[in-house]
Amino acid sequence: MKENVQLMKGNEAIAHAAILYGVDGYFGYPITPQSEILETLMDLHPWDTTGMIVLQAESEIAAINMVYGGAGCGKRVMTSSSSPGMSLKQEGISYIAGGELPCLLINIMRGGPGLGTIQPSQSDYFQTVKGGGHGDYKLITLAPASVQEMADFVALGFDLAFKYRTPAALLADGIIGQMMEKVVLPSQQKRLTNEEIEAQTPWATLGKPVGGKPRVLTTLELEASIMEDHNLHLQAKYRAIEAAEVRYEEIECEDAEYLLVAFGSCARICQKTLELARAEGIKVGLIRPITLWPFPSKILSQYADKVKGMLTVEMNAGQMVEDVRLSVNGKVKVEHYGRLGGIVPTPDEVLVAFKEKVL
Amino acid sequence: MTTNMIKVENLVYKKPKLLNDNDMHYCPGCSHGVVHKLVAEVIEEMGLENTTIGVAPVGCAVFIYEYLDIDWQEAAHGRAPAVATAIKRLNPEKMVFTYQGDGDLAAIGTGETIHACNRGENIAIISINNGIYGMTGGQMAPTTLLGMKSSTSPDGRDMARAGFPLKMADLVAQLDGVCYVTRQAVHTMPAVNKTKKAIRKAFEYSMQNKGTSMVEVVSSCSAGWKMTPQEANDWMRDNMFLHYPLGDLKDNK
Ligand SMILES: Cc1ncc(C[n+]2csc(CCOP(=O)(O)OP(=O)(O)O)c2C)c(N)n1
Repeated sequence: MKENVQLMKGNEAIAHAAILYGVDGYFGYPITPQSEILETLMDLHPWDTTGMIVLQAESEIAAINMVYGGAGCGKRVMTSSSSPGMSLKQEGISYIAGGELPCLLINIMRGGPGLGTIQPSQSDYFQTVKGGGHGDYKLITLAPASVQEMADFVALGFDLAFKYRTPAALLADGIIGQMMEKVVLPSQQKRLTNEEIEAQTPWATLGKPVGGKPRVLTTLELEASIMEDHNLHLQAKYRAIEAAEVRYEEIECEDAEYLLVAFGSCARICQKTLELARAEGIKVGLIRPITLWPFPSKILSQYADKVKGMLTVEMNAGQMVEDVRLSVNGKVKVEHYGRLGGIVPTPDEVLVAFKEKVL
Repeated sequence: MTTNMIKVENLVYKKPKLLNDNDMHYCPGCSHGVVHKLVAEVIEEMGLENTTIGVAPVGCAVFIYEYLDIDWQEAAHGRAPAVATAIKRLNPEKMVFTYQGDGDLAAIGTGETIHACNRGENIAIISINNGIYGMTGGQMAPTTLLGMKSSTSPDGRDMARAGFPLKMADLVAQLDGVCYVTRQAVHTMPAVNKTKKAIRKAFEYSMQNKGTSMVEVVSSCSAGWKMTPQEANDWMRDNMFLHYPLGDLKDNK
């Protein structure tokens, strides 16, 4: 079969990929720089083709609670927003995590705090990776660095979410959302029928089975010992995810004496920095975490024995750098270079920072 | 000589099958238990036991799923109409309803209530208006009457500082997406029968995809109001019904 190759924005790729994956429902509220996701879906009107529901909610709070309702029926449901909107969703995300409901959450980050700027940023790393809502929970967090990955990670996010019965997040910045690149789109998958959902996810509330027991989705438990057991169950699941689902990319690391560590569009910028450095004879490699949680700690710890220093490059004041430092546990110097509030660093300025801070 | 009185043909009343034997946590005189029973009866009589998904609130009725044997989702405080929206949109053939307190529905969840109603979601909203936050210990709600005492209005609700009692049913009756709004109570047998009929109509309209229905049940809260159950019922009749008169506000037959 001929490949479906198209040129489009990252946000548009997400919308196409969602329909092609057989997603049942999208619920969202407009906010720059990610409104194209909702706009593209409305334009493609998948309700006429796959039967996918697309609903513009009255707020991000409503949208995330719609996701809770849809996910509770075992449906493939998703929402997307940008930083201020994600802040509003946090209570709902905590309920979804506590209730072990699989779904896909997309944050196309912009600079903050507050209303901030519509320019790209990576300053919601803590919010996403460390749990922005209340309670002890984790979000599987995928960080795409290309339009292709925006499309691919829709499928990966849902697959992981359903494999572990836990929400997955796609964390990208406004650059990845807005830039246009070539993308190979997957073929159309069928949406699951209610019978298939009942068979695969018997906990889904689709109306009590005839002769069966009622299914109740709740996050409330007043008996502390049972609540602790539930928390321990969640933590055991998180340890399993940490053991099996770490993803990262190593770029020119074999002979590297120094490492850059960056995700999303900063990783793309650092690839150029790496070329500039190598042209000057400095052996620099790049580790690109693809899963921000689970974090690629082991590989970083291994490189800490080999390299002389590491620099994390982030569009924030230093967030992922904390995880890199925890990973290397003092074995090697780890510095951070960041631009804030919507400024995107250039490859040259990263090289200058690298020389000043690490070389 | 003794005769066995317990015969099927003598049966005039029985507990609905969907209402299980778990002990309810509600206080004496509370309306929640009666309304739970009515919901169970209506679902049973309509044959919707395997087709219904209920959405529970945060409030005293959060544990409704412990008592009614159907599929349930327990929503975050105030968000039940958003949760129900998605369930119904993704399962248009199912019966989907929310069961909410007045704080849940008319304070923190006002936005979700208004917009689910305005979109005309094919769901039924059952709202228990006891004029107070029962679960958290009797604080003032948007529905608290002027002059009514609560733990956060110890001198009585003062309009200058706390505004006016919100009539959510009147508000949503204005919305074009809404097909049926009624205000009922369960303090007497005839009232109970009327409320049951109202719940049945709301569920029927939902299944007919006519739009959103709201059945508000004006209720007493003896614990929150610091009265005996009898006093609370009398106080409700003499005060609550004046501000929240019973009857249909809208019915798009
Ligand atoms: C986000 C959030 N805010 C506050 C609470 C605390 N809370 C629980 S129930 C409730 C009020 C419930 O009152 P109402 O909806 O009138 O129901 P009732 O208990 O009277 O039946 C409040 C404020 C909460 N659980 N979640």
